[in-house]
Amino acid sequence: MRKGTIYELNSLYRDNMKVTGYFYGKGEPAICIMGAMRGNEIQQLYICSQLNKRLKQLERDRKICPGKEILVIPTANSSSINVGRRFWPSDNTDINRMFPGYRLGETTQRIADGVFDAIRHYKYGIHFCSFYMQGTFLPHVRMMHTGFEDISLAEGFGLPYTIVRDPKPYDTTTLNYNWQIWETEAFSIYTSGTDEINLESAQEGVEAVLRFMAAQGIIRYDQEINHKTHILWEKEMSVIKSDQAGLFMPCVKVGDEVEKGELLAEIIDPYIGEVRKEIVAEKKGKIFFARNKPIVYANTVIFRIV
Amino acid sequence: MIKTVVSSSLPVDEKLEIRKNRILPLHPNGKGNIFSIVTGTHGDELEGQYVCYKLNKILQANRDKLEGIVDIYPALNPLGVNTITRGIPMFDLDMNRIFPGDVNGSMAEYIAAEIVEDLSKSDFCIDIHASNIYLTEIPQVRISEETADVLVPYAEKLNIDFIWVHGAATVLQSTLAHSLNSVGVPTLVVEMGVGMRITREYGDQLIDGILNLMHCLGIWKGDVKEVRKPIISTEPDEISFVNAPASGVFLPLVSHWDTVEKGQKIGQIVNPLDGTVFSEPLAEEDGIVFTIREYPVVSEGSLIARILRREKP
Repeated sequence: MRKGTIYELNSLYRDNMKVTGYFYGKGEPAICIMGAMRGNEIQQLYICSQLNKRLKQLERDRKICPGKEILVIPTANSSSINVGRRFWPSDNTDINRMFPGYRLGETTQRIADGVFDAIRHYKYGIHFCSFYMQGTFLPHVRMMHTGFEDISLAEGFGLPYTIVRDPKPYDTTTLNYNWQIWETEAFSIYTSGTDEINLESAQEGVEAVLRFMAAQGIIRYDQEINHKTHILWEKEMSVIKSDQAGLFMPCVKVGDEVEKGELLAEIIDPYIGEVRKEIVAEKKGKIFFARNKPIVYANTVIFRIV
Repeated sequence: MIKTVVSSSLPVDEKLEIRKNRILPLHPNGKGNIFSIVTGTHGDELEGQYVCYKLNKILQANRDKLEGIVDIYPALNPLGVNTITRGIPMFDLDMNRIFPGDVNGSMAEYIAAEIVEDLSKSDFCIDIHASNIYLTEIPQVRISEETADVLVPYAEKLNIDFIWVHGAATVLQSTLAHSLNSVGVPTLVVEMGVGMRITREYGDQLIDGILNLMHCLGIWKGDVKEVRKPIISTEPDEISFVNAPASGVFLPLVSHWDTVEKGQKIGQIVNPLDGTVFSEPLAEEDGIVFTIREYPVVSEGSLIARILRREKP
């Protein structure tokens, strides 16, 4: 394992922020794994820490394939993690909306540029990220349909689902999108959790990346893929919204199988406890996404079912 | 006539409502155009509040001079204005990056879709912004190059100082102005002043311009003042950006409208801990300062000035 500074930014009254990378193996830039780019992505940080632990051992056991280099960057935003902010502390901008970055631009554009310059040559790119809606997912691979993607490669992760979506204009400044444009095979992995560590889900994320590396001939690692990935387009998923606001009382959780007509949640009046709305499943399926906050606005997505 | 454009319930005893005031002509003939003024997409930009207030007063007192309908939307993001938050509280994305919205999306996307639906009935729209809390801007209109042919002639009537025609960017396709221009509602984006403050002088200047534009569009038959002729920039390399080379406290040495020479100091970035100067950023071109840093603390890369390149006379 080699440790290197990918990018460094000075600060007036704080320590310099260093984006630190951990390198394994030597040779062609085979795969880069990016962790937390937002300050509350603690699960993503933890997954990278566990991945580093495993890769260190694999390197010791000489299981990194010759001629392959692996890079793990646990976070590109320690400045926000250390002060409990999701976005950049001084201007609230999101590093993951600044790619490919600009060397002479604003602070987060410079961070994005510095990071992207170091990672855009890798053949495969994996980003552990979080969603813009509040909730938890079944662990899955997420890909954007840019015309450059190779969906079949997602099989290598051995996760049960791969979700493909058409990018929206605001997606064009994410790391994933720009990796693809620069011809890196890019994948985003979502596990169950962001602000808090979900050990089981984190472990799934680590194993998925190791399986993928083995499938691409980057490491030697024996673990069978237990399930074939279901490839779904996001627009084909069943979206369940609440047309009422109030306290959100879920009756099911992510991963549960539900029947058509089954009660999924109640929205209750926050003053007198009466049920304002019963949310029921419109079709049989598995809960793929579930809101995880106890209050809910009207017109809010609370479940997605596959 | 106050109208609710879109309403959505909040969890506890409150509704989020986007409202507009519709000012009708005293003698409606059913043929007049709808002229809309919107602001408050970013909750920390307040310059448009003064403009909405004053326009409401002027137009309501002079409905006999109106030949069309004026809709004033003072707060597209009321929760942001209330919480002194640029975006929508508890929502990750910038509201001006989610248009045209999605009635099946998140609450914010639903609200955005309903706003676009309502505004798409307009014949003309002005979207007033106020930079952010970090930078102060001279009154200007920003126009994407693909709409320049249509919009520049309108912008010239708006009594602003500067028209900046910039390159198209995919990410800007999700702005309100892009959505409205795409559905045939000519929409001008005004940037002026600074976040969290009101600059009356700029507000009054823009109000004169809005009345002039309405006059030209046949919506206002009251008196108008002669408007100033804006500088128009259409070439990307005419704009020079000055970013902070170091982190520290920025002390400006130039102001809006100052002409600067290549190599001239824009300001100092200082270290209050030991009394030293980290850096003295320099102008890279001869030109006019039209953006200057307002918020003193800077990180490496923070934008501190924009200069419109102009040769020395």
